[in-house]
Amino acid sequence: MTTTSQRKDSDSTAQTTSPVGDKVFFGLSWVGGAVILLVLAFVAAFLLIQSLPAIAPDTFGPGQEEAIDFWAYVWPLMAGTVMVSIIALLLAAPLAFGISLFISHYAPRRFATTIGYIIDLLAAIPSVVYGAWGMLVLAPLMVPIYQWLNDYLGFIPLFAGDPQVTTTGRTILTAGVVLAVMVLPIMTALCREIFLQTPHLHQEAALALGGTRWEMIKMTVFPFARAGVISSIMLALGRALGETMAVTLVLSPGGFSWSLITSGANATIPAEIALNFPEAFGQRQAELIAAGLMLFIITLLVNVLARAIVARHAKKAEGLA
Amino acid sequence: MSSKINARPEIQTRRSKNNSTNSGTPPPKPPRDPLGRLDSLTANQKPSWSWMVAAGGALVVSMVLTLLLFESFTWLGFFIIAGVLYVSSMYIVSRVLEDRLKAADEFWRHLIWTAFFIALVPLISVLWSVVSQGLPTLIQNPGLLTTDMQGVVGATDIATQEEGEPLQGGILHGLVGTLMITLLASVISIPIGLFASVYLVEYGNRNAFSRGIRFFVDVMTGIPSIVAGLFAFSMLTVGVELLIGSSPQALQSVKTGFAASIALSVLMIPVVVRSTEEMLQVVSDDLREASYALGVRKWRTIVKVVLPTAMSGIAAGVTLAIARVAGETAPILVTAGYAATTNWNPFSEWMTALPVFIYRQLINPTAPAAADPSTARAWAGALVLIVIVMGLNLVARAIAKYFAPKAGK
Repeated sequence: MTTTSQRKDSDSTAQTTSPVGDKVFFGLSWVGGAVILLVLAFVAAFLLIQSLPAIAPDTFGPGQEEAIDFWAYVWPLMAGTVMVSIIALLLAAPLAFGISLFISHYAPRRFATTIGYIIDLLAAIPSVVYGAWGMLVLAPLMVPIYQWLNDYLGFIPLFAGDPQVTTTGRTILTAGVVLAVMVLPIMTALCREIFLQTPHLHQEAALALGGTRWEMIKMTVFPFARAGVISSIMLALGRALGETMAVTLVLSPGGFSWSLITSGANATIPAEIALNFPEAFGQRQAELIAAGLMLFIITLLVNVLARAIVARHAKKAEGLA
Repeated sequence: MSSKINARPEIQTRRSKNNSTNSGTPPPKPPRDPLGRLDSLTANQKPSWSWMVAAGGALVVSMVLTLLLFESFTWLGFFIIAGVLYVSSMYIVSRVLEDRLKAADEFWRHLIWTAFFIALVPLISVLWSVVSQGLPTLIQNPGLLTTDMQGVVGATDIATQEEGEPLQGGILHGLVGTLMITLLASVISIPIGLFASVYLVEYGNRNAFSRGIRFFVDVMTGIPSIVAGLFAFSMLTVGVELLIGSSPQALQSVKTGFAASIALSVLMIPVVVRSTEEMLQVVSDDLREASYALGVRKWRTIVKVVLPTAMSGIAAGVTLAIARVAGETAPILVTAGYAATTNWNPFSEWMTALPVFIYRQLINPTAPAAADPSTARAWAGALVLIVIVMGLNLVARAIAKYFAPKAGK
């Protein structure tokens, strides 16, 4: 950009600067990197310190009789968190593949660029907006659908309406749908990138052999993209597990139930924290931070797994190209 | 690449089978399609208008079925049945008039188009609800942008809902909170992120330390936002307990805008590092070597040559990172408390950010019995928030596009 003018400037002064400048700058950059490692260690350490009174009440907290059984408390929350994320992924993954394939291989070129652009913008909408939409617009619309599901599929425990079908629509299934809408743009953006990276020669070879477009996609795009797609699902899972506001706004909280269409029957860790933390203190605060620590561990595992898949895939792709 | 094709020889064998059967028989009759047309170009192809017939038929049949199956007409049921009918009828048409492979191709093509339109529905609905609910409120009450919630109590809202008094209160404190918290978070994370990515690209040289940083940056992008908030809260609590004491007043002072900006920094640093690193890697080594050849020291090369060349990309990435944290709710909710008045000082007292304001208005309306005014304020706030975030995104794209270095190579 302005390199020419700047080079002249550095030309005249470069000889006079001492190696001290180099050392200082290296030091600063090194510190910047070190801070990142420290932050992650700090996250784990400080969460652990603050949650000790809840996890081990005998040693660090008020003693067994005053504390609740932490694992009995956090177990339903973890189950609810995983359940809502799985619902979201089951709904979003097929649609995300569809849209990504549409953008990468089916839509007219000019159209596709615009769509990709809009999807990227949608990924930027804050989660509280999705939450507001889910709470005020989607939930009332879902009530007749739940009624219908209960009438015709009520023999399946998931649609059992236990003790009664929701009248507000604020159930874990609605939360799952909102999460699906939220992760859809993210998954689409990731999958589209991967589909577009398929080597062109492979695709042209498949078409030249007389394959239809679907055969071409099945034989060249899918084998190439498999690992990337799996990792994008995992990343979306991590996102869904940690999503707070959408679930907090949509779900009316409860314990744990297999029924997807009952209000006040399920809860998730992030929503539990968001609802209770602002008013909590002392032992209750420790319990909530401990629940946050559990969430941190779950998402950490999911993300590390996703990265490992990507890394393995990157090596394979290098060998292929 | 050749191994790839050898590994999957289905196409070849299938085509060659066709050839062998053809070569054994006398010269084939001129192709004649199932509709009886004699045209070698369109033979064995379904007529181009078949999709319109199928679509029309599917809509009509679906209308009838919806009315029969459900007590009342529902759009959702109508579209689901219509979609299933259309896709399957196109498959059958293609299977009868063409062949199995073309039918499969047709089936997936329609399924993918359908997936696209299904996915558009909720996304458009989100945008439409925010605009249609928020815009009228904002137009009727432009004062929303310049007032906070001081003095707005349940009685005020009940008067608004039941007696048609004008809507009181506003989102000013939220705007100020978002501005200050995001600003402070940027001040913390941008230098750390920039220096870390300079280390990764210019000094790291793929040693163990830089590989570790890369890995943990990736891991950091996956930290749930609420965990980042809990971390900032825990860290400052430990700090306050050590330095000031554990009296309730001292612990109360943990919740500030500053705590929220630490939480946001945890989310922002990895985004800044990844985008900056990418941009620095794009800078051609020729530029660096030219600079070294002139005797310029490494740090001056970085500051005067590498960073200016990558500046547009870095600025775009930083803007996107700001946009991302400006919309965050959870970390601010657990670290900054909730205030009804405008607070410009992030280092003392509670602070409200715009997303937190929206959330609070929805979940704890000012007047629980008359929630409409709170909901209206929340929608207006959501619209302003979307405009801010989308605006930042567009700015980032504009920077990347118009300030890109002309001679990149």
